[in-house]
Parts: sequence; C-alpha cells; structure tokens
Amino acid sequence: MAKRNFKIYRGDNEKGEFVQYEVEVAEGMVVLDVVHRIQAQQANDLAVRWNCKAGKCGSCSVEINGKPKLSCMTRMNEYGPDETITITPLKTFPVIRDLVTDVSWNYEQNKKIKPVKLAPESKTEKGYVMYQKDVERAQEFRKCIECYLCQNVCHILRDHQKQDKFIGPRFMIRAASLEMHPLDIEDRIPEIKNDYGSGMCNITRCCTDVCPEHINLTDNAIIPLKERVIDRFYDPVTILRRKIFGPWKKKRPPIKN
Amino acid sequence: MPAHTTVDIHTRGFGQTLRKDKWWLYPGLVVFGLTTFLIYGFWSAWQADFYWYSAGQDGFGGYLAPFYSPLIFIKEGVAGAAPIEHALLGSWPDWWPRWIPPSPSLLILAIPGIFRFTCYYYRKAYYRAFTGTPPACAVGALPRKGKSGYKGETGLMLVQNVHRITMYFAVMYIIVFFYDAYLSFFRGGEFGIGVGSIFILLNPIFLACYTFGCHSIRHLVSGSRDCYSCSLAGNVSHENGKIVGWLNRRHEFFAWVSLIWIMLADIYIRLVSMGIITDLNTWG
Repeated sequence: MAKRNFKIYRGDNEKGEFVQYEVEVAEGMVVLDVVHRIQAQQANDLAVRWNCKAGKCGSCSVEINGKPKLSCMTRMNEYGPDETITITPLKTFPVIRDLVTDVSWNYEQNKKIKPVKLAPESKTEKGYVMYQKDVERAQEFRKCIECYLCQNVCHILRDHQKQDKFIGPRFMIRAASLEMHPLDIEDRIPEIKNDYGSGMCNITRCCTDVCPEHINLTDNAIIPLKERVIDRFYDPVTILRRKIFGPWKKKRPPIKN
Repeated sequence: MPAHTTVDIHTRGFGQTLRKDKWWLYPGLVVFGLTTFLIYGFWSAWQADFYWYSAGQDGFGGYLAPFYSPLIFIKEGVAGAAPIEHALLGSWPDWWPRWIPPSPSLLILAIPGIFRFTCYYYRKAYYRAFTGTPPACAVGALPRKGKSGYKGETGLMLVQNVHRITMYFAVMYIIVFFYDAYLSFFRGGEFGIGVGSIFILLNPIFLACYTFGCHSIRHLVSGSRDCYSCSLAGNVSHENGKIVGWLNRRHEFFAWVSLIWIMLADIYIRLVSMGIITDLNTWG
C-alpha cells in the first residue's frame, strides 16, 4: 500500500472546484477502485457513474490527467508514484454532478439515422442470408460500447461546439454499419453529407485514438463515408458512370447448401 | 482536510488541456518534417539545373532526379540538364515568363503536391501541426472566428475532395517513375547498376506502397461494395481489398518513407550531377 494524491472535480455544470484527496492505493487497483475508495472513506457524496467494471458497459468514462478514458480500465501503475492524478468529467457534455455528465444529446443523434431497410426480395426460404465476408466490416462497429469517449474528444463538438452540424464519430460508425450492410437498400448518402455532417470531420483521428474497443473509426467508417459522398457528389468519373449505367443495384447473396 | 481550488471545467482556448504528457511532440515533428521537405522541394524545383546524370555518355540510360520527372520541356544548354530527346514535348517554350526559372520540375509538381496535400493521412498531420484543429487530442483547438466559426471541410476546405481526382493522375506518375528506374540501370545503352539506380528504383516502390494504400483507392477497389459474395467481381474486389487494406493500415508509415526517400533520391542525383560526390557503379 502506498499513499497517492488525487485531484477530483467536485461541482455541477455552473461552478465547481478541484478537491485534493490522499488515498492508500494497493497493487492492481484501477482508477475507478480509487474513486470508490475515496467515496467510501472520504467523500460519501462523490457522484460517479459506473456499472460493469470490466470495460464493457461504457459507463465510467472520465478524463484522467486530461485524457478521455474508462476509469475501470486505467491501471494505477500507468502513473508515476509521485504524480498527482487529476480526474474530471467529460468536457463536451453538461456536468450533472462531480464526475457524472448528461450524455442524452447522443441519444437524440441516434434517432436522426435512417434505420435499416431490407428489400423484401432479399428474403429467401432460409430467411435473410448473409456471409461473413459481407458483414465483417460492420462487425467492427458493433463492438462499440457507447462510452462516448469519441464524442467527447471530437474537437468539432468539444471545442467548436458544432452539435447542430455534426452527429459525432459514434454515430458516423452507426451510419457506416448500415450503409455497408449487404442487404440494406436505404440511401443515406445525402443525409450523411448534409445532416450528419461528414464534411465537418477533418480526419484528425482523435476518436480512433481514444476508443477503448480499438475500433478504427476514422479509417474504417468516417473516411469510407466521405468517399461515398465523393462518389455521389464530387468525382466526375463516378458521377458519369452513375449517369450512364445508373446506381449500383444490390444483388442477393447466393444461397449455399 | 482536503484542499479546494475553484475551477471552470468548461474553459476553452488554444492549447488548453490537463494533459501532462508530451502531446506537443507529434505536431512538432510534423512541422519539422513537412517544413524541411517543402523548403527543399521548392528550392530544388527553382534551381532548374543538375537534375540529370549520365557521366557525359549519350545513348539510352541515365539518372533523372525524381522532382523533375516526367520531363515535359527541356531547356538546352543548362548545366546538369537532360538531353533534349528525353523531353515529352521538346525544347523549352518561348512563352514561359522570364522571371520564373525554366525548370521542368515546376510543370509537374502540382499534381503530386495536391495529392499529398489532400491525403487523408497528411490532413491529420498538418491540421494538428499547422492549423491547431486540434493540436492534439483533448488539447484546445484554435478558435475559429467569423459568423459561422469552424466549418471543417465544408467551406474553403471542400477542395480536399479533389483527392480522388489527383489520385487518378498520381497512379500515372508511378508508372513514369518505374520507367525512370528502368532507365537508371543503363548508361550509354549498357546495362549496369549504381547507387543512384537503387535510389531511383526504391522511389517508385515506396510511392506505390503509399499510393496504393490510399483511402480513395481502397474505396474504389473494394470499399464501395456492400456485398462481396453476390458476384464474381465482388469476390475479386474482396481479395484485392485485403492487399490494399494491408497497405492502407501502413499508410502513415509509407507516407513518411516515400516523402523522405524522394527527397533523398533528388539530393543524391543533384550532388552526383554537380560532381560533389561520386556515384559508385558497375560502369566504371
């Protein structure tokens, strides 16, 4: 056991303060364990959101020494023994209290995305048939635990506060997973450009850097969506091809016995 | 008794952060790397000389500096200039303004320059390093003033969408550079090998690894399809996508390697052409 110093934000969205705590830290502890120890021993009213303590629920997102992280997956031995560790709530969202933020804006963005639309003719006697190679791209995006660290670190939302122009990286990967769906026939490209704000993203890749599930949001979702927008609106070759041959028509995957 | 310090959790401003690590290192290295390349590139292009070396021998073969390839026009009688038969369109035109040096490089740098400028990797690099939007993750971005503030790539930077178009031309440059590499293994029509040949050969190899790992090519080769199993073409594009995907995952690496190598190759040929260093080779 060793004594370590922590600085934790205490307050609400309007005003607050950093409160310093000295805590006994044991080997193997994560930052969330320390927060719980402070809550149990020194500050019973400290608000913190958490659930699974296994990096799978996405509840315990905070900023530790300025970096957006899951507190349950951040081990104490990442930090020097004499370092004061600063814990703050997610900066992009309104603070409800202490380390708890109101992330409900994200759920509103989700509602903007057109849901999956399956062509009736793609249903076979075996149901909807898809193959691994067709769905593996979108499966990467299904790993998302909705911790909203990517939404928090995105400078468009965090610094420029363009919440009305950009739905954020988390929902760009949701849009990508639907766009890449082998049986989906919905057209979301105009919405991706105009409503979801693909053009607002300038590819600085912070969303990818902070993702605890190591989803490559930028390269595998946002850039492919930007490329689909370019196909439709900016590339003369693909525009001409579309004018001559019409849009790609989705075929049904073959049924293998 | 815990100590208390009043704080505004929503403070925003350029460089504002609670990060304690060396977040400034990456943008600092990018500024150094890209500035060095740009200064050398413009200087080399402006020189208009010493871009060719064949040890004074006529006939097929010789080293051509990559910043000057392809040679559209050639100004004859310039020190270190290529023989006129290497020009695609002949001798230097009279309409060229006198205040701009007659440099073949100035005619061809725009396409690869714009291709790199609009590349998805370089955007991350220079948006972080030069425009501070943001300088690093969770570090305050440079505030955008004006009526609508930050516009991302919807305003002036809509120009980034020309990346696809420049990509079509960039592929052609690789073919030209491979021809230059073939040329570099001959001198006076005789086959041989020199240090310059290796420099010139590795240049299109690194450039191809960079260009074929481009996100636009990945999209056209495989990313634009939603169903790979639906047709033979889909299956082929899925297999091709694996190769392009491998390169794409190393896009940053090849972006820097190809950038540094083309500069080194250009410097080497310039120094050999000027007679400052001697090229080791089998021609003797």
